[in-house]
Amino acid sequence: MSAKLLSANHGAALAATLAGRANRAGRGFCSGVYPITPSTECMEFLCLQEIEKGRVVRTESEHSAMGVCIGAAAAGARTFTVTSSNGLAYMAENCMAAANLRLPVVLAVANRTLGPPWNLWTDHGDALMLRDFGLVQFFCADNQEVFDTILCAFRLAEDPDVMMPVMVCMDGFILSHSVTMTEIPDQAQIDRFLPLTAIPHQLGDTPHTLGQIEVPHQTEAHRQQHHAAMLGVPLVYAAIQDSFEAIFARRPADAVVAYRAEDADTLIVSMGTIGATAERAVDMLRAQGHRVGALRVRLFRPLPVAAIRKWFAGKQRIAVIDRNISLGFGGILWGEVQALADPGTVVQNYLAGLGGGDVRPEHITGMLADLLPRQIAGQPAMVEAV
Amino acid sequence: MDEPMLGGMAQTVLDRAHPLLRPGNTNCGGCGMSSLFHMMDHAAEDRRLQFVMPASCAAVCGGVFPLSTFGVPALMTTFASGSAVASGAAAVAQLNGEDTRVVCLAGDGGTYDIGVSSLSAAAERNEDVLYICYDNEIYGNTGGQRSSATPAGAITTNLPEGKTQQKKDILSIMAAHRIPYAASISLAHAEDAVRKLRWALDLKGFRFLLVLSPCPTGWKSEPALGMELVRLAVRSGLFPVLEIFDGKRHVINVEPDFSDEALDMYLSLQRRFQKSGVCAADLRPDLDRNWQNLRVLSGRIVPARRGP
Repeated sequence: MSAKLLSANHGAALAATLAGRANRAGRGFCSGVYPITPSTECMEFLCLQEIEKGRVVRTESEHSAMGVCIGAAAAGARTFTVTSSNGLAYMAENCMAAANLRLPVVLAVANRTLGPPWNLWTDHGDALMLRDFGLVQFFCADNQEVFDTILCAFRLAEDPDVMMPVMVCMDGFILSHSVTMTEIPDQAQIDRFLPLTAIPHQLGDTPHTLGQIEVPHQTEAHRQQHHAAMLGVPLVYAAIQDSFEAIFARRPADAVVAYRAEDADTLIVSMGTIGATAERAVDMLRAQGHRVGALRVRLFRPLPVAAIRKWFAGKQRIAVIDRNISLGFGGILWGEVQALADPGTVVQNYLAGLGGGDVRPEHITGMLADLLPRQIAGQPAMVEAV
Repeated sequence: MDEPMLGGMAQTVLDRAHPLLRPGNTNCGGCGMSSLFHMMDHAAEDRRLQFVMPASCAAVCGGVFPLSTFGVPALMTTFASGSAVASGAAAVAQLNGEDTRVVCLAGDGGTYDIGVSSLSAAAERNEDVLYICYDNEIYGNTGGQRSSATPAGAITTNLPEGKTQQKKDILSIMAAHRIPYAASISLAHAEDAVRKLRWALDLKGFRFLLVLSPCPTGWKSEPALGMELVRLAVRSGLFPVLEIFDGKRHVINVEPDFSDEALDMYLSLQRRFQKSGVCAADLRPDLDRNWQNLRVLSGRIVPARRGP
C-alpha cells in the first residue's frame, strides 16, 4: 500500500491498470478509449501504462470505444472505458448492448452537462440518461472513493450473480481534475482481491450466438433475470466490501452513506460531491441547534430501497438535492426516493448546481431555511448556485 | 499469389466437417449471402473462425435464441459497431496467442453507410480482422430502402422513382486506407472467390472483401437467376472483379467483355430497374471512365472495347 497524489481521472485509470494486470494469467485486459473533456486525462493515463497481456485501442468514437469493450469482453477479457457527457450519449447504444449481452464492462464517467450549448462542467444528467439500461451505477464523492469503487466495480461486474456493466461516476472537474492523496494498494493485494475474469457465455469453440433474435417471452425471461441480478447487487456489494476490507485494511463506502442521520428529524439527500458539501452544511446547522442529518445515495442503480427507507423512517422533512433535471418533471433522485418516505413526511426537491454551478454549504443551509418552516412540499425549486 | 489460380478448387477432405451455415436457416431462396457461406466452407477448411455481425440479414439469419444457424461462435452487434467489436475480439485473440480468424460479416448498410466510420477506423488501425461485405445494394432487412450502395436507376421502397446518384465506390475507399488486402468477389466465379477468401483468411491485418450479393426480394428478380445476374454484372463490366494489395498494386481477376448485351440483360432481369428505364447506353459512359481508371491503376494496356 502506498499513497500518491492523484486526480480522480488518474486514480480511475490506475485502478483499471492494476485490475487489468491482475488478469494477466487470465484472458487479459482490453480497453477501447476516446477522448472527451473532462475524462480525457483518464484515457491518456491508461494509454501510457504498460499492461501485461493488455491492449488499449484508440478508437474513432465513444460508440466504437464501447464496441471494442463488447468484442473484448465477449472474447473473455477484462474491459474498461471512460467517457463524459455527449460521449456517453453517443456511447449509449452500445452501453445498452453491453448490458443486454450481460458483459462485465467497467465504465468510468466524469459527469458533465449535455450540450449544445457547450458546457464543460458537472451535471449528473449524462449518467442518469442511462438509468434504465441495466447498468449498475455508482456516484462518488471523493478521489479515494472513485479509486476504490472502480476496483470494486470489476469484482462486482464480473461476479457470476451480477455479470453486467458497472458505471462509476465522478463529478467532472470537481473530482476528475482535483488532486488529492489516494491510497494505492500493491499489485499483489489487487491480485488477491480480483479473481481472474470468467465470463460464462464468452465466445469459445462451441457454436453459439450472442445477441441474436429472441421472441417476447424470451425477452421477458431475460429482463426478469437481469432485474433479479440487479436486485441482488446490494448483497453482493456488501460481501465485496468485506473482502476489500480484509485485504486492504479499510472499508469502501456503503451503498448509501449516512451522516449524523440517526437522531435527525430532517434529512438532506443527494448524490456525488454535493453529498460531501451537505455533510459540512449538516455540521453548520447542528451548531445552530437543528437536528439535521445527511444521506448520500452512492449506489443509484439498483436503488438501495430498503436502506433508504430505513434512513427515511421517522423523519419529518427531507430535502432532496438534484444536480440534474428531468425536464417536465423535476429532479430524478427526488422522483425515485420521494415515495420511500413515511406518509406525511415533507419531501422537497431542490435543483442545485445544474450545468456545474458551485454548490457551497451556504446554498444548502439556504435550502434548509426554506424547508424547515414548510408543512407541505411544493414544486421542485431551482436554487441558483454560481 | 499475385495472379488468379486456375482449377483445382473442388471440395477436398480438408473442408469443414460442419457447415458454417446450417440447414434450416431463414435466408430467402437465392440469397447471395447463403452462397457466400458455402464458399467460405470450402475456403475456411478447419480454420478457427469467429463471426461478428452488425444488424443485418445475417443477424436475422442467426436464428431465434437459443438455437444458432452458424457452425461457429457468433456475436451480434449494434448496427454501426461491427468493425469496433471485431477489433476487440481480435485483440483478445491476439493477446492470448490464439489463431482465431475474426470475421466481420456485414451488409452494405452496415458497411457503406452507418458502419463506415468504425470500418474506416479499424482499417486505419490495421486490426487483425477479415471484413466481408455482402452487398445487395439495398437495406434488405428492413424491406428494401436506398443505401449508398444502391446503383443508379434502381427503385427502392423509399425512392419509388429510382435512384439518380451513382453507387459509392467502397473498394477504392478501403484501398485508400492502404490495408494489406482489399478485393471484390464474384459468387459466379467460384474458383477466384474461394482463392481470395482463403488468401484473406490467412493474411494478418485488416482485409476487406466486397461480395455482390443477389437479393431476389429486393432486386425483384428470379431466385434461380442470382448467379447468372452476378455473371452478367461481371461480364458487362458493371462489377469489376479485382484485388488490391497494400492499397497499391491492383490486379484485375476477371476480364469483362463489356458487352451492352450483357448489361441490358442484367438490367432487364430485375424489375427494380424497370421503372426508371435505365439501359446500357445510360450506364456505359460512367463504366468506361471507371474502367479506364482501373486500367491505369492495374498498369494494363487498355484493350479495344468489344461488342457493338
